[in-house]
Amino acid sequence: MSALLDVRGLRKSFGTTEILRGIDFSVAAQELVFVIGPSGSGKSTMLRCCNRLEEPTAGHVFVDGVDLMAKGTDINAMRRRIGMVFQAFNLYPHMTALGNVTLALRKVLGKGREEAEAIGIAALDRVGLKEKAGNYPSELSGGQQQRVAIARALSLEPKIMLFDEPTSALDPELVGAVLGVMRDLKEAGMTMVVVSHEMRFARDAADRIVFMADGQILEQGSPAEIFGNPQNPRTRDFVGELSR
Amino acid sequence: MEIFLFQFLNLDIMRQAWPLILSGAQMTVLLCLAVIPLGLFGGLLVATGSISQWRALRWATKAYVDFFRAVPPLVLLIVIYSGLPFAGIRMSPFMAVCIAFFLNASSFYGEIFRAGVESVGRGQWEAARSTGLTWLQTYRFVVLPQASRNVLPDLVSNTVEVIKLTSIASVVSFTELLYAADMARSVTYNTSPIVLAAVLYLIVLWPVVRLVSRLEHRLGH
Repeated sequence: MSALLDVRGLRKSFGTTEILRGIDFSVAAQELVFVIGPSGSGKSTMLRCCNRLEEPTAGHVFVDGVDLMAKGTDINAMRRRIGMVFQAFNLYPHMTALGNVTLALRKVLGKGREEAEAIGIAALDRVGLKEKAGNYPSELSGGQQQRVAIARALSLEPKIMLFDEPTSALDPELVGAVLGVMRDLKEAGMTMVVVSHEMRFARDAADRIVFMADGQILEQGSPAEIFGNPQNPRTRDFVGELSR
Repeated sequence: MEIFLFQFLNLDIMRQAWPLILSGAQMTVLLCLAVIPLGLFGGLLVATGSISQWRALRWATKAYVDFFRAVPPLVLLIVIYSGLPFAGIRMSPFMAVCIAFFLNASSFYGEIFRAGVESVGRGQWEAARSTGLTWLQTYRFVVLPQASRNVLPDLVSNTVEVIKLTSIASVVSFTELLYAADMARSVTYNTSPIVLAAVLYLIVLWPVVRLVSRLEHRLGH
């Protein structure tokens, strides 16, 4: 099985409102897939179903061949292999950057303090923030916080990383460093699914663009196809709106 | 004026009553060391129950909290100490006080902790769960530390209330500070021992009350 992430017939309703109306989509190992679409199209909900932060109403999500929805699946064990980065960073404010990165290493993987800290420092180094290990989130800029959040996910050596609008809460001048880290990850062979409005980044870093609207995938293809020659009228409108 | 000084601020009487009052104060400290941790522990259980996924448990904790916040602690204590023996359940004054305080204080602490837990955003839960932490690990390592910090002034403030409330143990003949002072009053026919007890409470609690104000100020309440 070549797909690392495989989503089949995914549906999600909140009350009577259907947010996801049957999503089928898969991501190959080392692929960087960008999910774009108007707000309210269900992009984030779809992403959050991929580690069951959101409980799907129907359908299946396979990660590395394991069905997340199956009864016997240990979701906590699976989540270690699925890194997630949030729009609001969600760092633990009462812990240092290093504490944020090492918490799961110690409590989930059961590593000792020294080993966890060595891994944590290495992860912070990967996002260029080794020297901020002892700082609390409130002492870091938004961009630095987001990079710590990426390090927190990376330290568990996930098979795939999910990014939920990772730069939307950042001041423009701080976006670059976060995208830079994502680019490094891509080069290192990480599999990534990114929900984002960073179209320029999508254009030159993504392997594939998925366009969603009204809880469905309307079109997908290479950046050149989606941005250069969109087939679906909704995609055309959306892309046209952006380039204006 | 002389009568006032003689009745209320009689240093001779205070000196005589001092050993008794000191031992009463020690018992009050002992009582606090028992009932505050009990109340905090019970409060944590109550808060955890009140945010549970199970509706029945949420309702049960809500009923518990409402009930024991509404029943006056003095009534509760008398029921436990003087009422339960009619049902064949007898216990020492100390035990009765501990049970009454557990029931009363846990419901108040519980509400404070619950407010604290609810003040921690959903994003914290999600971030922690996304790294594979279990619900309990998330609660313990991520949510509770932030929750207790957010409601620290209320926790300390409620603790002041609990300390003051330990004086009701006197009605079940537990020789804590007030009971000892009142004993001294009744043998000396003089109010000064009570005044001395009040001063002791003040000396201990005034700095704590100041601390609450400073905490509230610092956290921008």
